[in-house]
Order: sequence, then structure tokens, then C-alpha cells
Amino acid sequence: MDKQYYLDGYDIAVIGAGHAGIEAGLASARLGCRTAVFTINMDWVGNCPCNPAIGGSAKGHLVREIDALGGEMARAADATMIQLRMLNTGKGPAVHSPRAQVDRRDYSAYMKHALELQSGLDLKQAEIVAVERDGDGWRLVTRLGAVYTAAAVIVATGTFLGGRVYIGDTSYESGPDGVFPATELAESLKRLGLPLRRFKTGTPARIDRASIDFSVLEIQPGDENLSPLSFSSDGRVQNKAVCHITYTNEKTKQVILDNIDRSPLYSGKIEGVGPRYCPSLEDKIVHFPDKKRHQLFIEPCGLNTEEMYLQGASSSLPEDVQLQMYRTIPGLEHVQMMRTAYAIEYDCVDPTALKATLEFKDIPGLFGAGQFNGSSGYEEAAAQGLVAGINAALSVQGKPPLVLSRADSYIGTLIDDMVTKGCTDPYRMMTSRSEYRLLLRQDNADERLMPIGREIGLVGDGDWAKFEKRMEQKRAEIARLHSVVVAPGDEINQLLVSRETSPITTGIRMDELIRRPQLDYRCLAPFDSARGPLPAAVIEKVEIEIKYEGYIKRQQAAANQLKRLERRTLPDDINYDEIVGLRLEAREKLKAIRPLSIGQAAGISGVNPADITVLLIWLDKRRKQ
Amino acid sequence: MLEGMNDTIAAVSTPLAGAGLGVVRISGAAAVDIAERIFDSVGGRKLSEIAGYTALFGHVHDTDGVIDECVALRFAAPHSYTGDDTVELSCHGGVYILRRVLRAAIAAGARQAEAGEFTRRAFLNGKLDLSEAESVMNLIGAQSREEHAAALAGRQGAVYDAVTDCRDRLVSLSADIAAWVDFPDEDVPYVTADGLVSGLREVDGKLERLIAGFESGRLMREGIDTAIVGKPNVGKSTVMNLLVGCRRSIVTDVAGTTRDVIEESVMLGEVKLRLSDTAGLHDTADEVERIGVDMADSRLRRCQLAIAVFDGSRALDEDDRRLLSALDGKPCVAIINKADLPQIIERGAIEAAVDCTVTVAAGSGLGTDEIAAAVAAVAERWKIDPSAPLLQSERQRDCCVRCREHLSAAIDAAASGVTIDAVGVCISDGLTALAELTGECVSDSVIDDVFSRFCVGK
Repeated sequence: MDKQYYLDGYDIAVIGAGHAGIEAGLASARLGCRTAVFTINMDWVGNCPCNPAIGGSAKGHLVREIDALGGEMARAADATMIQLRMLNTGKGPAVHSPRAQVDRRDYSAYMKHALELQSGLDLKQAEIVAVERDGDGWRLVTRLGAVYTAAAVIVATGTFLGGRVYIGDTSYESGPDGVFPATELAESLKRLGLPLRRFKTGTPARIDRASIDFSVLEIQPGDENLSPLSFSSDGRVQNKAVCHITYTNEKTKQVILDNIDRSPLYSGKIEGVGPRYCPSLEDKIVHFPDKKRHQLFIEPCGLNTEEMYLQGASSSLPEDVQLQMYRTIPGLEHVQMMRTAYAIEYDCVDPTALKATLEFKDIPGLFGAGQFNGSSGYEEAAAQGLVAGINAALSVQGKPPLVLSRADSYIGTLIDDMVTKGCTDPYRMMTSRSEYRLLLRQDNADERLMPIGREIGLVGDGDWAKFEKRMEQKRAEIARLHSVVVAPGDEINQLLVSRETSPITTGIRMDELIRRPQLDYRCLAPFDSARGPLPAAVIEKVEIEIKYEGYIKRQQAAANQLKRLERRTLPDDINYDEIVGLRLEAREKLKAIRPLSIGQAAGISGVNPADITVLLIWLDKRRKQ
Repeated sequence: MLEGMNDTIAAVSTPLAGAGLGVVRISGAAAVDIAERIFDSVGGRKLSEIAGYTALFGHVHDTDGVIDECVALRFAAPHSYTGDDTVELSCHGGVYILRRVLRAAIAAGARQAEAGEFTRRAFLNGKLDLSEAESVMNLIGAQSREEHAAALAGRQGAVYDAVTDCRDRLVSLSADIAAWVDFPDEDVPYVTADGLVSGLREVDGKLERLIAGFESGRLMREGIDTAIVGKPNVGKSTVMNLLVGCRRSIVTDVAGTTRDVIEESVMLGEVKLRLSDTAGLHDTADEVERIGVDMADSRLRRCQLAIAVFDGSRALDEDDRRLLSALDGKPCVAIINKADLPQIIERGAIEAAVDCTVTVAAGSGLGTDEIAAAVAAVAERWKIDPSAPLLQSERQRDCCVRCREHLSAAIDAAASGVTIDAVGVCISDGLTALAELTGECVSDSVIDDVFSRFCVGK
């Protein structure tokens, strides 16, 4: 670069305007920091380069949590959704999770506009090629030689950083969807000492709606009763499209096996580690040879396009093999591919280099978020972006950081897992990752996190007033149901017997009846004349809290215990070598992870309760001295 | 792994040797509650009603009945060794009695204290000075290194295999649920309550056998709790002396001489017995003896093996017949004593009521071998398979017991129609309890299992 020139100075600079960068930039600007968001291509802000959907099992929880904290994702999804389903109904409220198909272009436009409208935020198309120390702050250099300064930088580069696309024998440097990648930034980050590594992911082909024979496909409609993803969305959401289901067969398998040597995954060309939960079709065939068929979903990419997403069929086989393979599938016999499936390899960081605030341990003022940190998924990225944005702003403003607890949120669990345990493949959120999952439900994300979002300053007066009203309604209804007594009688006992639960012979409290697994709030309405109208969201909360009271109390006790330990913070300058009594393994692990609290330390594998006690005693001793 | 930083803990805090007095210490926020559940004072006053540094006399009991007489001493926080609310139960010093009191405290809600845990708490509550802190940290470090080494040594062998087997089964059940929940749109097998319940019962059964094995193992190590019973002056103490090989009880011809319960451990062939000689079982008006007789009654109810002594030279009377009916269903060896005198007793009635009957003349030293053979035959029932997995410590047993509690909650939930998410959480808690024995991270194991067994993902 011949000549560099200074253009502007910001409090916070965000590199990348994907799902992580958007939440980071919005949070930072909304907290009063002058913020720049850099994107490599202005038309690709908030792009969904894989499936056109927001939410899903456990991911839906993240979306609701992001919303409760004051993030944007749920509102964007509500505004642009074309189909909505609540997953896992019937498996229990802890695992209910919303999933919205969105119009991909609308979603992107909504997000771009949100960034543009945000005061204090400048959205700029520029490739950042270097991030360098500049006194206490940072200077960022663009491809054109422009220099921007910032007090803090958030790296949210997704799959763009050192991106390389693989399709069969062909590979080339590229970001997702043919956008050019960030080729020089990785070297600059390595110079700062960041431990970078290669991960990979992939996406299936997009196919032409007109070439699909829908007559032989199963329809997957949206739900009938829809409630929006965002706690602040007033408007009703509507299903505008359906998805379809089809299956692979023996012929598909044969095509893949005949051509497996042409897969870059199996010929050893790709060194990056792929996500286990997002296997390519060739991976599925190879790892599960006994499975006769694999399910695929055909999802519309939007209302103003004929492109359809083929969920479950990602591949990095050569284009001709892809076409041959897709055409063995019922309904796709004459399919036309519009975009080829591909695998993409990219640079990301080992997340154990990060604190739970998502700031790098050794590099004050530098934060990481999203796929760059080793996660995968739009929702995981957005969650981290929000936390990184909040913490970057708090740090610039000299305020104490926000660390979300595993006991309070999936977001806290996600970040704690990543920074404490690290990850060997791209990290995806799953309900089974949370030991407190009966507490961390999508229905109560507002109760868990809105007070935190309010305190930080991201939840506005209107949303807060609505929240307080919901809480009051819930409290009053639970108290009322505890005081209503149902007298024994033919009518009630007919209901009880028909629901296969024991009839009553004496009066029984309404909440006791609701607690029975066979009964619910609604079916008892005829025996509860004083019942007033309540919003569905409040009824849901009331019913769950009554039905699961015992389980919730037990988990709450365990959660409180963790939180007590999380309040015991460990100073950053702690010298573990000087603490007598720690076992060698624990000492090494603690030195590597440098946990922020006793609670986080306790989650490190290789640190046992005795080591924790030693730490507690050491802390206490230090406090007394 | 952090379960328990604020639990109420309990331990035998005097050496587990045959001292005259032993103390079980219960410390933590629920100490008084827990102590009240297992201790009844003679005067009916409750521990919660008395001040710190004061004591009550009474009896300590478990669900099987009275264990021992006991003095309960209350310390109110912060004026105790640990700084937390504490109750010390002082009992007779036998190993068996103290362990049983400890188990009662654990059953009532306390957790077995880890080594050094009282001291740690004392430090954390500011009861020790700074100079002591370093030595406490050193002590804990050394203990945990030892435990760690012991745990590694335990990684081979039948216990590790058995626990790992249970763990794997639970991981697999959890993975079934996780795959079904986390990949709702994919063709993952449907998880049914019935399927879960049968899988959980299987694991629960294995754990139950492990725990039962631990009990048998302890019997082998600590001895079978054996009571020598019979009406006064049939020669119980003489039988005891015969077995112990020395004069221990005071033996006279005056009926009712033995007023205390006297304990003694003996090896009889390959079987270890913890013998106690009791005051004669009969209706008595003598108040002092009354107490001894009550204790003997309770000894008979709670012992594992009874050696019932009868006088062969006298016909069965009301006391004998009452004893025979009390022995119904209890492992028992009947000894017809005084074989050197003319035999009048109705031998058939005794043989019909007990497992094994031998005739001896204890006073003359004859019959030891016959008694040994009879006891060995009856003790067969406790014999353990030496290759069977044997839990090594109370702590291991405690993990298995806690796991079973969570599994039983899971089974109840599944069987009564509670949704799968709640069942899954109970299984996870059970796994966490077992993971303390095997040391793996639960949620990672479950997720690994999901991806190795199910073809999921878009």
C-alpha cells in the first residue's frame, strides 16, 4: 500500500456486518458509543448464506434471549418471516423452540436499514486489511489505504477471513455466495498473537422452484397459532409459504459412493474441521451406510424469488455429480440447480483465548464474535455479537463488564462452553448443553434477561412497561389459582376420568389440578368462573410454573449455587504458581484459561472440588491481608 | 461438581476404633433440623429449643429403630468449630454404631463430609487464623492428590467397569432424548416414556446391586451384626465367652446379671461376627433391668443374625415361645445349652422355628466347632462373589445412592406422564452424580453419543 490517509475516529469499530457484527454495532451505538461497522459488500449485510431461517431447537432460545437483552434479530425475523413453527411441542416446555423461515432478501434489507437508521453508527463498505495497536487504542487500515482509529475493535469476520471455497476438484479464494474474501486481515491478526486455525462449513444447492415436481412431495405447513419471536412485536405474524419434505434413496447413495474420490473432504484437500451437526450428504452416506434414506427439506428462499434451499443436502462434490445426485431424489428428477453446493474453509480463533466478556485475554480492547470465535449458526453469532458489543461499549465507558451466567441463559452457556472448554469443531447450541434447561425456557427469556438488558440500557420504556405488566399478571394469576378451590362433583369428575386421572372426593385447589400431567389450564376453564382474560404468553408462563414447580425449584437451587460461586471473582493478575495446594493439572489448566470467577473455574475439566476449595481459601486469605 | 459447597455435612469425628465414646458431627445450615430428625430427647425437648453450648440426653434412631443412647450437644453459629450451626451426637464408641448414626444423618439430609471439610469450612468462616491457612491448603492438596491417585488406580477393575456401564447406558438414554429434541425435524427415533422407564429400571437395578454388594462387602469387613438372645440365665454370656474365647461378660447364676449390651468382634471360620450379649429377654419389674431388656429387644429387631440360646434342661416357657415367634424370618442359629444335664426341652418346636439348631454344653467348652459350622451355614446368605464389583468407599456408595434418587425421580416422572424434558433433566442429574466417580463431562459425552449414533444435521 503506497499511501495511507486518516479518515475518521470512532469509539468502537466492528469488522463484519453479518449476524454477529450487526448486533455488536447496534448494541454499541445504542449504548452511546460512536460506532463504525465495516462490511466487505454493502449488499450482503445480514446475509443468510445457508438456510433462510432464524431459530430452531435451542437456537430459538437464543433468539428470544437476544431479544430480551435488547438485540435486533427477533424483530427482524418477525418483520420478514414467511413461515413460523414452534418445534418440540409435546416434548415439554423446556425444549419448545421457535423457528421462522424468513425472506432472505427482506431480512438482509431490514438489517441494513436498521444499521443505517441507527444514530451514532456509520455503515461502511471497506475491506479491513490490518488492525494495529495505536497507543491505548487501535488503527484499522482499509484496502484503499484509509485509516480509522477506534478505542475498541470487534472482529466478526464470519467465513470471510481467509475464505476458500471447495467444489469437487476446484477451489478458490472466496467468501460465501461468491463475495470476495478478506485475504490480508488474518496475517495482521496473527501478528497480534491470535491463535488462528481453520474450520470449514458447507451449504447445499439452491434449486429452481419450476423444476420441482411438488405433486410427489410431503407438505410441511407452518403452525396455526403463531406468536412472534420478539417480546416487543405487537403485530400478528402470518404464514405465507410452505416447505416440502423428500428423501434420498439407494440410487443417491450409489451416485455418491461412485464419486466419493472426487470429494475434497475425502481426497484430503480440505484440512479445516467441519461441524458435526452439519454433515454433507456424502458424510452422512459414509458414516451411516446402513441408513436407507436421508430426509431433505425444500424451503423457499423468499417470496420474490424462485430459488429454493435444499436443507440436508450440503455437499462439496463436483457440480456434475451434485446434479446427478439430486436428480435421483423424488420430486427432483428434473431439477435445475441455480447455485451449486459448496464447502467453505475459513480462519477462526481458538475461543479459549477469550474472556467470558469476549475480549481477548492478552489484548485489551480487542473483541471477537460469531463464527470467528469458532461457533456456527446465525443465532450463535448474533448472541456473541450482542455480548461483545455490550462489553466493548462498557469497557470504553469504563464500566464493569457483563458476564452472563450459565444459570441465566443459553447465551451464557454458549460463551462459557466456548471460552472455558474450547471447541474442536464449530460450536452449535443444543438444549442438552444446558444443565439448567428447565429454567432457561423460551417463554421466560424476558424474565431472565430483560432486567439485565434494562439495566444496561438496551430495553426501552415501552418494552419494560409491557414486561412489568406481564409479570404482575403472572403473579396475580398464580396467586389466584392457589386460592380457588374446586368442589367435587359429577362434571369435574367426568372430566378427570375422561382424562385418565383420579376423580376428587374433597375440594381441591385449582393449581393442584393444573399440576396433574393429564390436565391443563384451558381444560379447567369451566370450573373456574372467576378467570379473567389473559394474554397467551402469560397463561403459558403460569401453567409452566405451576406444572413444573418441583423441578424448577430443584434446578433453581443448583443454579443459585453456581451464581454464588460466580460472584467470587478471580483477579486477572493471579499467579497460580504461587498458590500452594493446587494440583499440577489444575494449575496448568487455570493458567491457560484464566477464569474470571470461581464459578467459571469449576467448569474447567481437570479442576476438581479440592482445587476450588484451595482457590476459595486463597481468595479469602488475600482479602484478609 | 459444585454440589455441596453449602450443604450440611456430617462425619464421624472421633477415631473409628473401639473407643468408649464416639462423636458424629453434623455441621451446616440444616444441622439442627437433621439432628432433630434422628434424635429424640428423653424429656421431649427439641434441639431447636435449646441454646448453644447446651446438651440433651436421649436416643438416636434410624428407620429401623433406636440405634443407641446419645448426648446431643448444640453449637449455634458462629460459635462452633466450623462457624456454622453444628450438632455433635456423642454415642457409644463402637464402629458399627457410629457408622449407623452417620448413615442415619445422611439419610436425613446431610452429606458425608470430605476429608478436611470441617477445617476448610472453619477457615472459610474465619475461624482459623491466616497462619493456619497455608497448612490447610497444603493438606487439601495432598488429600486430593491421594484421592486422584486412588481414583486412577480404580480405573481398572470391576467397579469401574460396572459404573462405566451404568454411565454409558444413561448417556445413551440422554442422547436418545437429546437427538430427538435437538433435531426435531429429522427422522430420529421417537422417545417413549415406556422405553425410558425400562432403560432406567435396568440401570437402577445395576446400581441397586452395586450398593447391596457394598453392604455385603462391609459385612465381610466389619462383621455381621449378631445378637445373642434368650431369656435370663440360659447361658448367653457363657456362649459369648465360648465364642470369644475369654471371659468378657460377667457370668453368675443369678438371673439378670448382664445389664449392658457388650460388643465383641470374632472370626468364626471365615465369617466375622460382631457379637453382642444382651440382657435376658423377659418381662421384668426391676426398673434398672427394664432398660437393659428394652435395649435387648431393639437389638434383636435390628441385628442381622440372632444366636438364640435355650436351656435344654427345662421345658419351653412363655418367654422362650415369645422369643421363638420374635425370631420368625430372622437369620438365626438356635443353641440348646446345658447338654450335660438331662434334656427336657421340646426340641422339635425350636427346629421348626429357626434355620439351624445345635446342642452344646457351653460351660464345659464343648460345641464351639458345631456353633461355628452352624453360623457359617446360616451366613452363606451374605457370602459375596469375590469377582463381583465392590464399591470401595462410602463416597462411592453415596454417588450411587444419589444417582438412584435422580433415576427414581426420572422413572416417577416418566411413568406419571410428565414431559420428556423434565425426565431428561433428572437423568442428567443422575449422570452428574455418577460422573463424580468416572470424572467425565456429562454434556460432552451426551453430545458425542448423539453424533456417533444418529445421522442428524442439515
